[in-house]
Amino acid sequence: MDAYLRQGDRSVLVTDWLSPEEWTAVGLSLKVALVAMAASLIPGIAIAYALERSRFWGRQVLDVLVHLPLVLPPVVVGYTLLLGFGRRGPIGSFLAEHFGIVLSFRWTGAALACAIMGFPLLVRAIRLSLETVDRKLEDAAGTLGAHPVWVFLFVTLPLILPGIIAGMVLSFAKAMGEFGATITFVSNIPGETQTIPSAIYTFTQVPGGEGGALRLTLVSVVISIAALWASEWMARRVRRKVIA
Amino acid sequence: MANVSIRDVRKSFGTVSIIKGVDVDIQDGEFVILVGPSGCGKSTLLRMIAGLEDISGGDIRIGSRVVNDVPPKDRDIAMVFQSYALYPHMTVAENMEFSLKLKGVPAAEQKKRVAEAASSLGLTPLLDRYPRQLSGGQRQRVAMGRAIVRDPQVFLFDEPLSNLDAKLRVQMRAEIKELHQRLKTTTIYVTHDQIEAMTMADKIVVMHDGIVEQIGAPLELYDRPANRFVAGFIGSPAMNFIEGRFGPEGIVLPSGAVLPLDIKPQLNLGAEITYGIRPEHLQIAPAGTPGSIPATVSVIEPTGSDTTLIVKAEGGNLTVVLRERCALKPGEAVALKPVAHQAHLFDEQGKRIATA
Repeated sequence: MDAYLRQGDRSVLVTDWLSPEEWTAVGLSLKVALVAMAASLIPGIAIAYALERSRFWGRQVLDVLVHLPLVLPPVVVGYTLLLGFGRRGPIGSFLAEHFGIVLSFRWTGAALACAIMGFPLLVRAIRLSLETVDRKLEDAAGTLGAHPVWVFLFVTLPLILPGIIAGMVLSFAKAMGEFGATITFVSNIPGETQTIPSAIYTFTQVPGGEGGALRLTLVSVVISIAALWASEWMARRVRRKVIA
Repeated sequence: MANVSIRDVRKSFGTVSIIKGVDVDIQDGEFVILVGPSGCGKSTLLRMIAGLEDISGGDIRIGSRVVNDVPPKDRDIAMVFQSYALYPHMTVAENMEFSLKLKGVPAAEQKKRVAEAASSLGLTPLLDRYPRQLSGGQRQRVAMGRAIVRDPQVFLFDEPLSNLDAKLRVQMRAEIKELHQRLKTTTIYVTHDQIEAMTMADKIVVMHDGIVEQIGAPLELYDRPANRFVAGFIGSPAMNFIEGRFGPEGIVLPSGAVLPLDIKPQLNLGAEITYGIRPEHLQIAPAGTPGSIPATVSVIEPTGSDTTLIVKAEGGNLTVVLRERCALKPGEAVALKPVAHQAHLFDEQGKRIATA
């Protein structure tokens, strides 16, 4: 706690822009958000494709499950994860026993919580762009001799790239801001699971922590603007290519 | 190249029957056009030949192979779509190479075949452009080029000219026909435009409401339509139909006017009959001429090469096409004298009555 009090000191703000602990929180947040985004990308594309293009038994159940984190209180999602993936949870104990993977109270658990919270946003963005793909383009590829897998890789995927980029940014942004599910599932351990939002929360709970809270808030704003700008830049480049 | 045989092919979506048992035989190298009004099932049938729609019943053969369950990629076809379906993220050259890349053709061979097709279609200067940088006609040519490069057994065209303006359509019509004469690949072409069908096809299949109304060479359909639907669909302006009864002197119209026939159909006196006459087989005669239809000129449409008259007669409007210029005025009374041996007769069910 001492370290945090000192971070709140005005002299720190002037002489050293961020304290080592704050840097740790920023680094951890970026790591968690990037891993959450990357890990959810392929399942996100697969589920968006399945929901948009296939008719299978249980499709609506899957649709509801994917969207649930959007409407449930984040704390509920976090608690559910704790029940399932905690050390004593059915999945958590299985993973720990057979693969030595422990998620609860680890940064990897934070990434899982962030990925799940951002998943509906990712899937929705990809589904929207799949809807706009002219099916004739895929049909034409079939008649030109393309296997469905090739049709997807060389026709569908490039065409939905703007949607994928938008979905990735949304998922990243959601992960950067995720608080409720993360703190419930993996707590708020400095250096392990304390991301920017939980660090800001901690600062606001201690006297003299305003400086740290403010600095991390600014960092948050800068990262979000940079992410938006980067995605806009990429999307514009890609869109120029895929618009007929 | 291959022949295509369609045997009792059916398609239904749930309880709705779209194609109700179609039989068509397409010879190797033939240019066949499926024509009919929208909703007649022609595009669905083409998509079934392509493998893009499942077949609910019957068989489709390409060459000697039944392809009912063969995926599109293995049917050795190439399809050209109305919307062109070019890949916006690929250049013209990349679009055209697409099928060769999939086949794993060596790069040098790919370049050679694309260059050949591009030069035959006048696309050489456009190879590095993207589809969005091309006009509608150029895009359609690229779509054709992409199909040609594949060198398929059968070309399938789905209303390829519908998005083009009238002038370009006429030009592309000739280009497609010329292309077929050069490549001699079996071609199945769908259109709702009977002029396209008449001008391009070796054989026309007229479809309506999920069935085949008639199959034949363009002029055969024009001269001897099998039923009232084909008679009305083929030909522009459309054939005139006049309802009447069969009498000893010819067809008796409700007003009492009699249109003479130069044949003796096997009909009972008094039988209800539809008398069909094409606009160019009606001649203008002085009012009161015996054996003519009294009418009043309603609209005059000079096209330069000929003149179309819309006239009001008993039972509705009739269309007349005159090769010569005419000095008639709207509102003027005229008599229309049909060329008797060009008349078509249809029974109550709309079937052609043998006139030979």
